[in-house]
Amino acid sequence: MAYEAPLEKYPVKIREVILGGGEKARKIGGENALPLHFFEGSLPNPPGLALEVLDTRPENWAPWILEPFEDVASDPMSWAKKCVEEFGAEILCLRLLSTDPAGKDASPGEAAKTVEQVVKAVDVPLVVLGTGDEEKDSQVLIEVARVCSGKNFLLGPVLKGNYQEIAQAALEHGHCIVAQASMDANLTKELNIALCKFFPPERIVVDPTSSALGYGMEYTFSIIESIKLFGLADRDNMMQMPVFADVGIECWRTKEAKESRDQGVLWEATTGITFLLAGANLLVLRHPEALRLIKKITTP
Amino acid sequence: MALKGADIMKKLPKTNCKECGCATCFAFAMKLATGGAKLDDCPYLDPEVRTELESAMAPPVKLVTVGTGEEALVIGEEEVMFRHEKTFFHEPGLAVLVSDREGEPEVEEIIARIHELRFERIGHTLRVNLLALSNESGDRDTFVARVGKASKATDLPLILISGDTDTLFSAAALCADRRPLVYPITAENVSAAIPKIKELGVPAGVKGESLDEVISVTSQLKDAGIEQCVIDPGSKDLLEGIRDQTLIRRAALKKGFRPLGYPTMAFPCFMYQDKFEEALAAAALMIRYTGIVVTSLTEKDLVFPLLVHRFNIYSDPRRPMTVEEKVYEISHPDENSPVLISTNYALDFFIVSGAIEEANIPAFLCIKDTGGIGVLAAWTSGKFTGEAIADFLAKFEVESRVKHRKLIIPGVAKKLKEELEEELPSWEIILGPSEASDIPKFLSEKWKA
Ligand code: B12
Ligand code: SF4
Repeated sequence: MAYEAPLEKYPVKIREVILGGGEKARKIGGENALPLHFFEGSLPNPPGLALEVLDTRPENWAPWILEPFEDVASDPMSWAKKCVEEFGAEILCLRLLSTDPAGKDASPGEAAKTVEQVVKAVDVPLVVLGTGDEEKDSQVLIEVARVCSGKNFLLGPVLKGNYQEIAQAALEHGHCIVAQASMDANLTKELNIALCKFFPPERIVVDPTSSALGYGMEYTFSIIESIKLFGLADRDNMMQMPVFADVGIECWRTKEAKESRDQGVLWEATTGITFLLAGANLLVLRHPEALRLIKKITTP
Repeated sequence: MALKGADIMKKLPKTNCKECGCATCFAFAMKLATGGAKLDDCPYLDPEVRTELESAMAPPVKLVTVGTGEEALVIGEEEVMFRHEKTFFHEPGLAVLVSDREGEPEVEEIIARIHELRFERIGHTLRVNLLALSNESGDRDTFVARVGKASKATDLPLILISGDTDTLFSAAALCADRRPLVYPITAENVSAAIPKIKELGVPAGVKGESLDEVISVTSQLKDAGIEQCVIDPGSKDLLEGIRDQTLIRRAALKKGFRPLGYPTMAFPCFMYQDKFEEALAAAALMIRYTGIVVTSLTEKDLVFPLLVHRFNIYSDPRRPMTVEEKVYEISHPDENSPVLISTNYALDFFIVSGAIEEANIPAFLCIKDTGGIGVLAAWTSGKFTGEAIADFLAKFEVESRVKHRKLIIPGVAKKLKEELEEELPSWEIILGPSEASDIPKFLSEKWKA
């Protein structure tokens, strides 16, 4: 029996989504092969590795996750700058924690002001995330979309209950969105179909919701992997959006990450590379060392 | 490759004599195809057909055993490329590499450290499973001495690594009864190795610089009757590893290509200098099909994430891990002890019961059957609602066990609190912490009957 390398070619590709603008704009997606399968396909854009910035000083963070940001933790602008200049982040994810209705409940206007300031401080693409509260997020993200019109942010999470308003604002003001549907490839597809009735598919990134190593990671892994295969192998064009995974927030709340610095960094890096291998195109990470590690071993 | 019932049927005697215990040959064929019957059950099979069916029905990835007894590592017989298609079956072995340049006391010390890398999680023991001894010294006597020592100091299966074939088999002869994996068997040494492998009955770690080279070695071994093989495709970094491992698995599963139908191994310990990079590459290679991952890691903080990762990836996606629905009594609670509630997702039960034990406060832990789904997903899908929990408390007569009426619920389930206050007006519903790890602090500061 003669051996012939069993290569697999897909006649379709994942949509390429452009984030940000100017020289530092970054593309994600665009591949016609499974993750890191450079031997059989084209993967034009490396996975986006974003570092997370909070608009509020973090509480209850383990010392080793706070340590890299200790000097900037109360100031989102300096925090953002440090991530770009010192830790080499090519994308930032600004989490508007202050807007949490169960917390500080900051107004959409206040939140948008912070975003504006961060945009002035750095020129890399920005992901801007609300807290997941459908009503509040829709007010906040619409305001952010408006105030930063034309900046081509990635806004999220956009849910079944608020996609119409937020996507409409994103459309008017030139932004991309993260469409989030919990843990079910069919729900991801449904939301995409609903969005694509009025929103351009090449501006959608999907989030099947994340989890941490030891706390449901295997479910997220398999759902991302099946979404990718629906898109590539089954050629379903409503499943060809790049995939987003919010890794840091899940990992750093685990007991294990809080136990030691080394274990925490690996907890996050392991979860991140797992989702990357499943097919995630954009990871949000917290620890700069987790970013460095993932980048190092996945760059050709 | 899996054969279909109809294909098997064509080769059966078609007499419907029923001696196999099936009503017809066709029924027997269907049973064979799904693994419910054995070829032996039909006494009338033509011997040639039998051999043919046997090889066509053999699992596409050979099952290979390294080591013996309770610690033996069994790998192979995987059936899918992606875990959601069914499941991955045999967890990869995690090996720690030890050089024979280490003195005897050092080797013993490393072994002792490896033995400590054992952790209980959700009722399972996670552990490092193999010791790989490498003949870095290049000296035969040193290697044989270290292997002799190590095989006495541990029951873990051994991987013996030496570029010198004589040295390799002298060491293997010392512990052949322990089924060590001998490595590397290459295009150069395979002819000399075959008689020794047969004599000692040990599994062979095949190494090639390319898959073509691997194929030539496994084919020669197979012709000599040796099929207990593990393949190292010689990958130099993670990306090569993903390529090689993927092609091997695909060739076996999708093409039924026998010469690559063996479990595999990889050496992150030689790929990266930095231990974190090594650990991360090891995690990635576990996802992508590697059967034995050899690292140099003995630090708890680096090994533990890797073990949990392996446990996650090799868990069975077809059924969530569950525990029995009931009221668990932790550390002999009495009528003044706190009552907490969680789901029967095994992870929830183990994390929460562990936290209560840590708190050192006896308690009743109510475990509601949610089909193995955790707190929020179960609440959303109606299995952990106010009504469902009220029913649970009635069914298990919780009110008769305690004098107080206080129920501690998971902190993440904020809306559940309102539902329960409506369903259970006589109870005070207390929102506990969001993280189980904060339960000890919460109980010791806040609990009063
Ligand atoms: C893995 C997962 C799944 C898996 C379920 C795995 C399982 N066995 O539970 C699957 C894929 C099946 C799934 C399905 C769904 N999911 Co889901 N899923 C997740 C995910 C990613 C992780 C959940 C997890 O395993 N966490 C780990 C466990 C251990 O957490 P936990 O149970 O909450 O326990 C912790 C604490 O609560 C605490 N704790 C536990 N018990 C107790 C008790 C007491 C007294 C105390 C004090 C503390 C405590 O200790 C634990 C550790 O600290 C989350 C997102 C996220 N990151 O949280 C979404 C999430 C839970 N899912 C969600 C949803 C909506 C669903 C679905 C309903 C969606 C659908 N497609 O229909 C289905 C319903 C499932 C069903 N069939 O019934 C939502 C819930 C939304 C909400 N209510 O807020 C979430 C939050 C995602 C999101 N952001 O939208 N999901
Ligand atoms: S024993 Fe063999 S020949 Fe007889 S019914 Fe069964 S399969 Fe057919």
